[in-house]
Amino acid sequence: MPLNRDFVGRTYESSAPYEVSRVKISEFATAIGDSNPIYHDRQAAVAAGHPDVVAPPTFPIVFSLLGTGDALGDPGLGLNFAMVVHGEQRFEYERPIHAGDELVCTSTIAEIRSVGRNEFLTLRSDVSTTSGELVCRTYNVIVERGGAA
Amino acid sequence: MAATVKYDEVETGQEIPAVEYQVRRVDLVRYAGASGDFNPIHWNERYAKAVGLPDVIAHGMYTMAQGSRFVTDWAGDPGAVVEYGVRFSSMVVVPDDDNGATIRISGVVEEKREDKRVVVALTAKSGDSRVLSKARAVVQLS
Repeated sequence: MPLNRDFVGRTYESSAPYEVSRVKISEFATAIGDSNPIYHDRQAAVAAGHPDVVAPPTFPIVFSLLGTGDALGDPGLGLNFAMVVHGEQRFEYERPIHAGDELVCTSTIAEIRSVGRNEFLTLRSDVSTTSGELVCRTYNVIVERGGAA
Repeated sequence: MAATVKYDEVETGQEIPAVEYQVRRVDLVRYAGASGDFNPIHWNERYAKAVGLPDVIAHGMYTMAQGSRFVTDWAGDPGAVVEYGVRFSSMVVVPDDDNGATIRISGVVEEKREDKRVVVALTAKSGDSRVLSKARAVVQLS
């Protein structure tokens, strides 16, 4: 079933700030097999000029979609999760995320388009600190296989 | 913190040697836990096959993370990556054995920009398949 184009432009806020912790950064870095001390050891990160341990570049995937679950699960949108695959992902960083950051996400359904038999939905998330400093933007394209057939 | 690679010492067309990353089922289970992505296609063979996949497949974001690891290990600083994007062009199929699958990543400096930034184009393959396409990182060098 084609996705409902009325959802294009809708914006969703994360319900509560996401607190970036040293433990979570280390756990995530371990899970991707990266032993760089800047992810695991505060002293090493500080010695390298960072305020605290920094997050690997793909870390925002952990929290940047938390606020959009309700949107994508809205029956009015018509998304069949069983047929969803990840199509594209992009990050634009203003600065590295580090432990101690408290981050909020504003996510917008930027585009819905059909490509062949598939539906493509682009979600843009602006990640900012609770004091309003933009930290990064993420672009996430999900593909619903067969959705446009 | 700054990258250990110097802008003036890098040339367009310069190749970054390939690195191979092993991915086994246990790595996917660990990544599911750390990332919060528990889609069963990444750990449950029965479910994966029921939805038409050949076997359990790696999270696209796991493969993407190996790409950024490749770039940050080259540049010498995780904070040097200012932009990073990929398209997931093919699946990394992870069999249930001790070896799992191998993701082979290589790179080339595609462009030198102003402000000491370079564009690194990545090639990521598993077996004969290109698993990422349009994989580019913009890196701030020193």
